[in-house]
Amino acid sequence: MTTVLTPELTAFWDEPGSFTLAAYKRHGGYVALPKALAMQPDEVVQTMKDSVLRGRGGAGFPTGLKWGFIPKGGDKPHYLVVNADESEPGACKDMPTLLNNPQALIEGIVIASYAIDAHRAFIYVRGEVLHVIRRLHFAVAEAYEAGYLGTDILGSGFDLEVVVHSGAGAYICGEETALLDSLEGYRGQPRLKPPFPAVAGLYACPTVVNNVESIATVPYILSHGAGDFASYGTEKSKGFGIFSLSGHVTRPGQYEAPLGVTLRTLLDLAGGMRSGHRLKFWTPGGSSTPLFTDEHLDVPLDYESVAKAGSMLGTRSIQLFDETTCVVRVVLRWIKFYEHESCGKCTPCREGSWWVVQLLEQLERGEGSEADLDKLLDICGNITGRAFCALGDSIEAPVRSSIRYFKDEYLEHQRHGGCPFDPAASTLFAMESA
Amino acid sequence: MALSQEARARLEPDAAQIIGRYPVSRSALLPLLHLMQAEEGYLTEDGLEFCAEQLGLTKAEVTAVASFYTMYKHHPVGDYHVGVCTNSLCGVMGGDAILADLEDHLGIGDDETTPDGKVSLEHLECNAACDYAPVVMVNWEFFDNQTPQSARNLVDGLRSGPEGISPTRGAPRLCTWKQASRILAGFPDDQAAGGNTAGEPSLAGLNVAEEQGWTPGDDPAGTGSSGPSGSGGSPRRAAAPRPTSGNGNGKTK
Repeated sequence: MTTVLTPELTAFWDEPGSFTLAAYKRHGGYVALPKALAMQPDEVVQTMKDSVLRGRGGAGFPTGLKWGFIPKGGDKPHYLVVNADESEPGACKDMPTLLNNPQALIEGIVIASYAIDAHRAFIYVRGEVLHVIRRLHFAVAEAYEAGYLGTDILGSGFDLEVVVHSGAGAYICGEETALLDSLEGYRGQPRLKPPFPAVAGLYACPTVVNNVESIATVPYILSHGAGDFASYGTEKSKGFGIFSLSGHVTRPGQYEAPLGVTLRTLLDLAGGMRSGHRLKFWTPGGSSTPLFTDEHLDVPLDYESVAKAGSMLGTRSIQLFDETTCVVRVVLRWIKFYEHESCGKCTPCREGSWWVVQLLEQLERGEGSEADLDKLLDICGNITGRAFCALGDSIEAPVRSSIRYFKDEYLEHQRHGGCPFDPAASTLFAMESA
Repeated sequence: MALSQEARARLEPDAAQIIGRYPVSRSALLPLLHLMQAEEGYLTEDGLEFCAEQLGLTKAEVTAVASFYTMYKHHPVGDYHVGVCTNSLCGVMGGDAILADLEDHLGIGDDETTPDGKVSLEHLECNAACDYAPVVMVNWEFFDNQTPQSARNLVDGLRSGPEGISPTRGAPRLCTWKQASRILAGFPDDQAAGGNTAGEPSLAGLNVAEEQGWTPGDDPAGTGSSGPSGSGGSPRRAAAPRPTSGNGNGKTK
């Protein structure tokens, strides 16, 4: 049968107590772990390679390949670090996953740690989500209690300790090497690569850093087989993942589907744009991915097709804006975010983000000109590729794409002497206050 | 504020426990700073000094880290820290209006506290709840789909006592700022199991799939996710409208 949506990680979030170990086990949880522990670690890595799971944190690097980079032998301990620092504007999939199904992550952690010969794993969770942090501690405690963590797990002789580590409010810590610096107790600033974390990661030891959804998908792959997982999705973007719809859509939320689904399909399932309005622009993968418009409704949402159409799949964080929304306002706010979150380590990002904000503010006030648009593009071109990490590159994406599709809207601000839009019209409560 | 001898004696075992979680002690710095906020509400000179002592660092090294992260405060914070998301999506959906209204209503600006010490106000960056926009956080708990009026009611309630105020998705009992900070330091309270955490948006795709009978492939435990094992009969199930079509982009199994 044709299944447009494939709820797996999200399958039983509607059950009260879905976050408990008991509920997870009722839904096939911890079937994968004994299977994995009976395999050689290399076989587990090979299974992940065969599944062609690509990292669900945005970059899309093949997870199995990443695990395979961990050197064999050596006298240094290995570490697994889970990136639960979900902070990309638009990204809102990992936090509900941890609230409602944290055991999938824990089981995935044990399997991944076994595969890379790690005996300590850390969950680096953003600090601004108190109940998510409670649920993580609860899940870890339940797993210890049941013998899925600790010493001699399920009689296999494999030991693993897991620590929940709360961050303290810094978007940059979602970048894997900045996360490692932060976890080591420093300012969260990215490191020069190479060496990559697989060689010199946490405490300069071999380390795998994986996103929550990547690790939470591991039990499915082990229990159902790599072939099953790889039979979903498209040729090069295998499997399924959570697509997060937000903004001016009738039913925003989490839609788990095979990669390659289109926004037209997702939007249809979500009841379309809010009543009486039409889609103006959207992000396929969060604020750091170039904007799409209603021309892109039929682009298959897989890595290759989205890239070919000029953007990035990123974290499948689909923010939808209707025709009441001023694109200059939206882009300016995102760049202000990058300006604030720039760690200050490299000049192009630290200074460039401030320059771009100044120009955008000027344009929003109606004091800009067409020449300023060229200047913006020139500055952006000088940040991308010259910044230390991807945060700097993120600045260009919304600026360049919004100028490409909505150049006249920027200039309309100049003609109008300010923003021509009514901000009240784009609020959620526009209807009720009207 | 100065850390009393009594406080130090009480906090040292906590600090030792935190440090014990890590193979390298310096990793304990972020949780230790959260612990200091749990004690004093913000990072005082004494608090920074305490962290430095525990880890064998200089106070300058500790301060350099503390000043990098926005969750660490360098002046007193109210019992209830109210954060309004004003990143692009929440801002457009109403966050800007909510923040402006709260500033007007409370008579305080961004990063300020009401004179009674109850409520601090701050604009937030994206808090990973975009599908519930516009979002307000109180002591890092989710208050979803807010309006200027609901946010006003919320802060009024917080000022007159938190009884009866629960997050949309979060613990049934709202923590104070200091209590929340202690959880961030890695000492959770007993509320993990409580609270409703899957609102309508979290279940949006699942509801459609169940409506359409799109059950997951083969379920190793044989329980499936469709049918009566869910919270059958809940009103949201009946409320979820049928999609008009699926255009077959999904995989055929």
